[in-house]
Amino acid sequence: MLQEESDLSLIIAQIVQKLKGSNLYAQLERQAWASLQRPEIKLESLKEDIKEFFKITGWEKKLQNAVYSELSVFPLPSHPAAPPEHLKEPFLYMRKALGSWEKRILKSLNSMCTELSIPLARKRPVAEQKELLNKWNEMGTDEPDLSLFRPVYAPKDFLEVLINLRNPNYENGDPLSFRTHLGLIQVPLKVKDIPELKEYFVELGLNTGQLGIDDSTQVPPELFENEHVRIGQKVLAEQDSAAAQQYIRQGSPTALRAELWALILNISGQPEDILYYEQLKTNVIQYDLLVDRLTYKDVKLTASNDDYYFVFEDYLYQVLLCFSRDTSVLGHFAYNCASPPKSYIRGKIGLEEYAVFYPPNGVIPFHGFSMYVAPLCFLYHEPYKLYQIFREMYVRFFFRLHSISSHPSGIVSLCLLFESLLQTYLPQLFYHLREIGAQPLRISFKWMARAFSGYLATDQLLLLWDRILGYNSLEILAVLAAAVFAFRAVNLMEVTSLAAAEAVLADISTLKVMPLLQIFLFATVT
Amino acid sequence: MCVDVQAPNAGVRPRLRQGEDQRRESGRPRRTWLSLWLHGSLWRMAGRVKWVTDIEKSVLINNFEKRGWVQVSENEDWNFYWMSVQTIRNVFSVETGYRLADDQIVNHFPNHYELTRKDLMVKNIKRYRKELEKEGSPLAEKDDNGKYLYLDFVPVTYMLPADYSLFVEEFRKSPSSTWIMKPCGKAQGRGIFLINKLSQIKKWSRDSKTSSFVSQSTKEAYVISLYINNPLLIGGRKFDLRLYVLVSTYRPLRCYMYKLGFCRFCTVRYTPSTSELDNMFVHLTNVAIQKHGEDYNHIHGGKWTVSNLRLYLESTRGREVTSKLFDEIHWIIVQSLKAVAPVMNNDKHCFECYGYDIIIDDKLKPWLIEVNASPSLTSSTANDRILKYNLINDTLNIAVPNGEVPDCKWNKSPPREVLGNYEILLESPPRRSVRSCGFLTQESVQ
Repeated sequence: MLQEESDLSLIIAQIVQKLKGSNLYAQLERQAWASLQRPEIKLESLKEDIKEFFKITGWEKKLQNAVYSELSVFPLPSHPAAPPEHLKEPFLYMRKALGSWEKRILKSLNSMCTELSIPLARKRPVAEQKELLNKWNEMGTDEPDLSLFRPVYAPKDFLEVLINLRNPNYENGDPLSFRTHLGLIQVPLKVKDIPELKEYFVELGLNTGQLGIDDSTQVPPELFENEHVRIGQKVLAEQDSAAAQQYIRQGSPTALRAELWALILNISGQPEDILYYEQLKTNVIQYDLLVDRLTYKDVKLTASNDDYYFVFEDYLYQVLLCFSRDTSVLGHFAYNCASPPKSYIRGKIGLEEYAVFYPPNGVIPFHGFSMYVAPLCFLYHEPYKLYQIFREMYVRFFFRLHSISSHPSGIVSLCLLFESLLQTYLPQLFYHLREIGAQPLRISFKWMARAFSGYLATDQLLLLWDRILGYNSLEILAVLAAAVFAFRAVNLMEVTSLAAAEAVLADISTLKVMPLLQIFLFATVT
Repeated sequence: MCVDVQAPNAGVRPRLRQGEDQRRESGRPRRTWLSLWLHGSLWRMAGRVKWVTDIEKSVLINNFEKRGWVQVSENEDWNFYWMSVQTIRNVFSVETGYRLADDQIVNHFPNHYELTRKDLMVKNIKRYRKELEKEGSPLAEKDDNGKYLYLDFVPVTYMLPADYSLFVEEFRKSPSSTWIMKPCGKAQGRGIFLINKLSQIKKWSRDSKTSSFVSQSTKEAYVISLYINNPLLIGGRKFDLRLYVLVSTYRPLRCYMYKLGFCRFCTVRYTPSTSELDNMFVHLTNVAIQKHGEDYNHIHGGKWTVSNLRLYLESTRGREVTSKLFDEIHWIIVQSLKAVAPVMNNDKHCFECYGYDIIIDDKLKPWLIEVNASPSLTSSTANDRILKYNLINDTLNIAVPNGEVPDCKWNKSPPREVLGNYEILLESPPRRSVRSCGFLTQESVQ
């Protein structure tokens, strides 16, 4: 009991410390000072009166939302004597693997840089700056020669690294038994099985109304949809993050989604945010980074060719180029065990005083990175808002999809969850695919690595991302991947090669996400 | 292949019962198995629809073949002719025309140009509005500025050279406006240009000053409309909507709208700047034009589905205004059809599938730009091909019931199950059962 209390006070202290440096703190202070003018604030009961004032004026809610936001990425409780790296990632072998992967990427980036003799960063000449400023809204029409640039890595390269992860303390010499894991991922992490998932995702159950199922045209809206919309409007009026997060587990009405996501991610349109975005924009205009070319290439290869997202090409540049320069993103390395790549000022290699993070935000874009932003363009059409939402989504969720860790929402756990669901509940299919050399993970990895963006129809994708926000977890990606395999199981049982299996699963844009999830979790005999 | 067979027992399929002695009582030997088979299959083909087309497009031909219809030439006894607009002119012309039999159906109305020619469409709509105004109908209500509240869906338009002086008067009222010149009889964006100075259309003024006995050749006739220079932009680009509408009869009016329309985007970012008035890649959304642009992409073809548009608008603007927009679009289509219904030759052998072009401005008001009698059946992308194939499929299901030899006297009331991706816009008189499109209750009680 005592231990819990001291844990709690430690957490509280840490959060208070974090929030003290934020804008919200300054605003609260200002509000408190201003409130002293008000007649209802009396000196004898100063503390209670100010608290009451905050409650009435909605500032308490804002504080609650901020605390809730911090808690969502707070590391799990741990031993007080654990060093900081352990808090981020307890397993040594994972940290080691991550370190060598990062070295590899940086080496690849540096060699591209030397081959093409392009500096990692340079200041633009004034004429170029002017030109870029004029073309800011239509950077898509720029056709720089990108043929010599290759993406630093693609999801399948990353998959190879994950496949080779081994825990040296785990002796896997046991003879093959029904407990042996037959998939590609061979690390012993704890993942949920269907009974645990049913409990975890209880709001997706058959008896609970869902958007994505109970709002289809055959169902009269009075049964569920109207009431759900009404509740959504109420949640927005209350401006309560936690309530919104609970609400969105049943899906968000299209018209309310943009605001609900902003509320859950605790993003409000402050003038400081607009200013910050403008500063980033200036940074883009003044300095040219090598990673910009990678961003361009990625957008041209992926989003520009996509049926849904090609319209928003220009927005993607406006967001991603600024993102590369945003040093506030470095903050997420406090709970991400990856480390930002470092580079040195020319001629001063090895001297720590001349080390800088490169790119400034510590994230090297890879093939398909722009697809994280593209679906958001359907919701937000002001660049600064779009930018903030994307940044928050990245530092809360998307970074876990390309970093090696044992976190339950990390990509390693997702892969393992997917494989164990398939092996346990669809053993015939799993075994068949394995036999023909079509390990299921090889097909589903790209879906999960992109959070299904570009594979599902946009309205279905947004319903899926609603649930990611609602449960503050990416596990639903693995469950959906397994559900898709279950759905196409009959066809998959008939294929005889990896290529044929890929063909069966090549087009999932017609699938409806929520019925698939519901059937897989709640209506399949286990 | 020409089939000319007299069925021995019309309506009765010849059948051989198992083990039955085929020897006739008269003792004549029974026919050989081969001749019976041939006879039977020839008879069966006589019951199949015979089709002709002068538009060689796979989306059409595949649909005919999948129904087991038989291709014939136009000189033979055909049941179904999918014809181009030139051919329909010949069929119904005074000199070269001929009467259609009861089992013959064509895909155009004789005088479809009342709706599909830009000048006649505007003329008919103007006439329709005036008629409603005269009878004091609430539909023709105007606001304080004299603009129709419910029937203002066509941009201000004049015929040139006939209305030249009227146009000049209007132009001078707002001299900084842009106008768009379109030839009446052309399609695919050909011959269209934008003007913002009277001097750019001097040519048409000279003609109007000449003697009124000079007959204007229809080739030179143009319409000039106020250019919508504030179109709704998505991703900074202009787009328009292409919607397909099937009309099975005009009196009573029965029309159906295809749910899977699409948006056509320009490849170049929109700018109202006068320096770019000549840049057709900025202003004209026709695929025939855009596909020659540098940035044209063959994978998506610059097209979005209408459901994408709906999702985007609902997410960024809210549900009410989006529903209102789509309701208004349905309204426009129905009103335009009602406007031409009185002058249309409601030939019972005809049905027609129109391509409606609609532009949405930044106040979310839809404008009817034009109606196409022969919407393009060329596919620019894979998705396009699937869409057009399904469009023809659903159209044929409605126009030729059960895929059997048609009888033009049928009641043109398709059962709900065959509608496919079409939804009912208007079906007068109303069905007895609940209708899917309930907002037009005014019309349904006529």
